[in-house]
Amino acid sequence: MDIGGINPAVLIASLMVASVPIILAAIGELVVEKAGVLNLGVEGMMIMGAITGFATAVATGNPYLGFLGGAIGGAGLSLVFGVLTQFLLANQVATGLALTLFGLGLSSLIGQGYVGIKPPLTENVPFGPLADIPFLGTVIFDHDWMVYVSIGVCAAVWAVLKYTRLGLILRAVGESHDAAHALGYKVVRIRMLAILFGGAMAGLGGAYISLIRVPQWTDGITAGAGWIALAIVVFASWKPWRVLLGAYLFGGITVLQLNLQAAGARIPVEYLSMSPYLITILVLVIMSSGKGKAALNAPAALGQNFHASR
Amino acid sequence: MKRRTILKGGAALGFASMLGGKMSLAQGLEKVKAGFVYVGPIGDGGWTYQHHQGALAVQEAYGDKVEIVWQENVPEGADAERVLTQMALSGCNIIFTTSFGYMDPTNAVAAKFPDVKFEHATGFKREHPNVSTYNARFYEGRAVQGHIAGKMTKTNKIGYIGSFPIPEVIMGINSYYLHAKKVNPNVELSIVWAFTWFDPAKEADAAKALIDQGVDVIASHTDSTAPLAEAAKTNGAVIGFGQASDMADYKPSPRVSSIIDNWAPYYVKRVGALLDGSYAQADAWEGIAGGEVEIGEITDAVPADVKAEAEALRDSIAAGTYHPFTGPINKQDGSAWLAEGATAPDGDLLGMMFYVEGITGEIPS
Repeated sequence: MDIGGINPAVLIASLMVASVPIILAAIGELVVEKAGVLNLGVEGMMIMGAITGFATAVATGNPYLGFLGGAIGGAGLSLVFGVLTQFLLANQVATGLALTLFGLGLSSLIGQGYVGIKPPLTENVPFGPLADIPFLGTVIFDHDWMVYVSIGVCAAVWAVLKYTRLGLILRAVGESHDAAHALGYKVVRIRMLAILFGGAMAGLGGAYISLIRVPQWTDGITAGAGWIALAIVVFASWKPWRVLLGAYLFGGITVLQLNLQAAGARIPVEYLSMSPYLITILVLVIMSSGKGKAALNAPAALGQNFHASR
Repeated sequence: MKRRTILKGGAALGFASMLGGKMSLAQGLEKVKAGFVYVGPIGDGGWTYQHHQGALAVQEAYGDKVEIVWQENVPEGADAERVLTQMALSGCNIIFTTSFGYMDPTNAVAAKFPDVKFEHATGFKREHPNVSTYNARFYEGRAVQGHIAGKMTKTNKIGYIGSFPIPEVIMGINSYYLHAKKVNPNVELSIVWAFTWFDPAKEADAAKALIDQGVDVIASHTDSTAPLAEAAKTNGAVIGFGQASDMADYKPSPRVSSIIDNWAPYYVKRVGALLDGSYAQADAWEGIAGGEVEIGEITDAVPADVKAEAEALRDSIAAGTYHPFTGPINKQDGSAWLAEGATAPDGDLLGMMFYVEGITGEIPS
């Protein structure tokens, strides 16, 4: 059952894979922003994760350790951001941008010896006969484990934010750090942990690019995925499930336009190429014009530094 | 000393050095500072990597007499102009701009620095006497790839990942298709435009889209090794070619052959000409014969007879006995382009903005 020469099952399967790095980075950034911190260094943390993950996987021969290395690399870089903004009270926007530049340069330096090396292969999760189910088998049961992890992380973040005390504290810190401080919560400590989580997730997303999606290391391999992740957080109006939706929408249209071209659809390529961005803008407009008002959903203390003396 | 005297002295000194520069140019320069502007990172393993190899060859050839500087990841457009101006101001005598999109910035900056030599790769505009252009006949290499693709495809679907719809890329597509069609009349070509020179994730996605469509031979015109990495996931079902660089890490399969851009001879020659004073404006376009386009080793994944044919094709192009665009060739709309036995004039190729007959789809404008 092909539509316009494109098999929908294959299309959905590939959009799920294409979206993983963005989902991971965006869900991490969502938690950071929920805690009231704006970290624009996602791109830098992703590419650090991409190279440290790659280096770890190559050194150990184990892709799973590679992902761990990627998460640590991303978290390590976010620690720099955390110390600068939380303890030294540096401007978050400027520090975040600097972090991206720093990450791009540092990753290129670390990656000097890794060009042209192939990382150990990550196997797909063996579902046995389930993978042979028509349509569903291709869509759901024929992926590497990170695809499931990305969905699992979205679910976990949603549950924690909505149902747990931890989520409540995190949101309190992000909405009003003074009030949270008055209640006795350690604002800086909580924010540091959120920043580290965001860094680890971005690193994981970066490692996914260098270990699975394009299994190789090349300078600048993330090519702007971090910026898209940042946009997706706003697009999702800080709601975890919408991050998943937004990333699938963006990834889906990107994959679809390439598939349409390959299938020889008679649609001008220019429209296809700009469609992911066009639809992102469109959805942003629609969402912010509704009753929910996306802008009002932003954490109230987003981007503000906190110092206990005030 | 008064400030004014110092300024005067400085001005006089500057004037003298300008004069000196001019005079010495006629008899060659003592020392050349050569600038290289790259569209991607040196570590891309493809296009930019090869240009940098050329730059290093210049350093190797002339040692102390040459200083090379370079800048990576320069966007095509206004940023390029800034980088070029910066390089010219910092004392570069010759600046190589290594991507098609630098064409207008190169000419614009060249107007402001008549004493600096500018060399633009793959373009066609030489608006000022100090602008030269150089290119390589990549389409000759594409002919060899097309031959292999036509012979090797089992699904009769071959693919091409285009970067931007410019003559250089379209030439490659046409040559690739014509030679695949010649040996396999049933072959169909799918073209995906990535609209980027360098974005590994997108290049991999484009390759994946082609593979999902049943394509089993992929040629790419983007700069990274990502399409080969994607093809490698199919365990030999899909093959591809190294682009710009040998990409030998993907031997013997999926990389079954490659086009290697060898810029070193040209760069060494031009900087040398500047040193010995024989430099003149040029429009260089060398191919396999001139050593600028090399065909990387054809691996054992290709049957011996196909390999022999491909090598014979390569040699006939090098010898000048065969031109990849030899008529009769019609344009996509069926109108005649080349008559029986006629070969394509360079002017037609450099401005090529049409597909040949048999290719489906339209060129994005």
